[in-house]
Amino acid sequence: MGILEVQNVNKSFGGLKALHNVNLDIEEGKIHAIIGPNGAGKSTLLNCFVGKLTPDTGTVMFDGHSLLGIKPYEINQLGVSRVFQTPEIFSELSVWENTLIPCFAKRDGSFTLNALSRVSDNKDMAEKAEKMLVDVDLINKKDMLASSMSRGDKRRLEMAMCLSQNPKLLLLDEPTAGMARADTESTIELLKSIQKKLKITMAIIEHDMGVVFSLAQKISVLAQGTVIVEDIPENIKGHPKVKEAYLGEAQVEGNMRDD
Amino acid sequence: MNTISKADMKTLFFVAIIALLAPFILNPFPTDSGLAQFNAGYPDLMQRFAIYGILAIGFNILFGLTGYLSFGHAAFLGVGSYSAVWMFKLLSMNIIPALILSVIVAGLFSLLIGFISLRRSGIYFSILTLAFAQMSFALAYSVLTPLTNGETGLQITLNDPRILAAENVSGNLPVTTLFGLEMRDTWAMQVGAWDFQFNIGYYICAIFLLLAFYLSIRIFRSPFGMMLRAVKTNQNRLNYTGINTRPYTLAAFVISGMYAGLAGGLMASMDPLAGAERMQWTASGEIVLMTILGGTGTLLGPVMGAGFIKYFENIFSKINDTVLHGWFSWMPDGLENIIVWVLHLFTGKGWHLTLGIMFMLIVIFLPGGLMEGMSRIGNWWKRRKGDDDAESKSTTTAAE
Repeated sequence: MGILEVQNVNKSFGGLKALHNVNLDIEEGKIHAIIGPNGAGKSTLLNCFVGKLTPDTGTVMFDGHSLLGIKPYEINQLGVSRVFQTPEIFSELSVWENTLIPCFAKRDGSFTLNALSRVSDNKDMAEKAEKMLVDVDLINKKDMLASSMSRGDKRRLEMAMCLSQNPKLLLLDEPTAGMARADTESTIELLKSIQKKLKITMAIIEHDMGVVFSLAQKISVLAQGTVIVEDIPENIKGHPKVKEAYLGEAQVEGNMRDD
Repeated sequence: MNTISKADMKTLFFVAIIALLAPFILNPFPTDSGLAQFNAGYPDLMQRFAIYGILAIGFNILFGLTGYLSFGHAAFLGVGSYSAVWMFKLLSMNIIPALILSVIVAGLFSLLIGFISLRRSGIYFSILTLAFAQMSFALAYSVLTPLTNGETGLQITLNDPRILAAENVSGNLPVTTLFGLEMRDTWAMQVGAWDFQFNIGYYICAIFLLLAFYLSIRIFRSPFGMMLRAVKTNQNRLNYTGINTRPYTLAAFVISGMYAGLAGGLMASMDPLAGAERMQWTASGEIVLMTILGGTGTLLGPVMGAGFIKYFENIFSKINDTVLHGWFSWMPDGLENIIVWVLHLFTGKGWHLTLGIMFMLIVIFLPGGLMEGMSRIGNWWKRRKGDDDAESKSTTTAAE
């Protein structure tokens, strides 16, 4: 029984079938990686989890709630946070404010008209935000404007923003794309330590196999809109179907058209 | 009082001092001198400074924080004025019930317009608010004549019921009051060649300006204000952070609409009439100009922008050809006529040209408005001082 259960999800854009009878079961407390060649439908699948897209058919159940037909902010309030491929942060605000906003959103819900209290009077929120910034090693940059940080720092900030809400499920869309080697290593360490400490369930889309195999406890391989294999990392490495899917990408398109 | 920080307290105190001493500050030239026409310390203009300051502060809560550019705020100003005048006609000449009704009606009206317009963002939102404001203007001008008295404008008359007021025996039109204090009451102080005027109406407006400013500081520093600024930078992230942005923007829209309603009510309280032209799109545009000119998203900027525009509107539009000829009479005739002809384009009725040029210069060279200009001067001053200190230090070390 997983925390996120995806059953028979189909999604097409015009004539293009992006997702075809996708079944996925993400277990609580595990890091689950979704890999696959370009255009396999990984991001489409993730978008179906956060309310950005609605599947044509099928069900997506999270912690006993259906995620279909409800708004992104409602899904977040249920406990799903997402880190984007290109960091989505409040670039015109300071790093500090960036971290505070999710804390307030978690405490006050989707709308509160607290126009007369002072931000600086909410000591509990400040403590939470400070702890989070220490965890991602951004505390000495807290007064910087978010837009003036490096790409790696922006990603870490976004991760801190998501984690400060104590999500039940954290979705990560290529969390290390475009990062320097050292940053990638520290991100892996960060995610591992968080998983150990907070037992947050994570679903990761990733291209970097090094990252995938050092993090994931379970891997689903997506190719041409369907899950072709779902297994533990050791069994994925030499799996013939996986090899075929990745080789198919390198070969001429002819193979794919047979489908 | 620890509801606002020390720095904000200083700003509020600064505004309070300026507002209190405005009759002196705005009247630097002796009454008989040729420069007296640059004086702005007369009640009518000072009232307008304060009223438009309130309007711009409110507009800034919407535009400065959320980035939603409304082109229809004059509609709320107009609605506020009409409500206030109706209170003067039906209830009494006391301004308090009039102001309360102005704020409530403008709030409800902005709730309706905001609810519909905020379904879109960016330029479409601006166009929707513009359309609504022009519709309100057209309604006030023609269709709703029984309510607004059409193009003549709504005025008080001797036959109005005024159920709470004592019977009028004087035969004159009654004047607006605050529990007996007449808004038009002015106490003049003669000091040498100067003539300073202290007007009850102005000080009432100034008190409301300070309250409005204080409330805006509270909103700016609150979690609500922080969410509004987040709306401006990234609505997408806000949605994925569990925030429903619509009620936030709607609340900001209604709050700023209520500010406009208060300004409209005060306008009618100072001079009890309301006309449809107050709702026209040029009036809405003027509010946008004030806010941008002063500094969008800053606390003090909008008030400064409002003062700046209202000052130049009144002073430049008063400089007519006769005045110009008076100034340049010492020149040879031909040259005098040429100079007067050139300046004629920029003064009197042509003051909009001056305003336009100033607005262009400020937007191009000071995108942050007058506030940016001030902080630049401040920085330059600090740097210069810092250099002086460094120099004096280096000379002392050299001397050693």
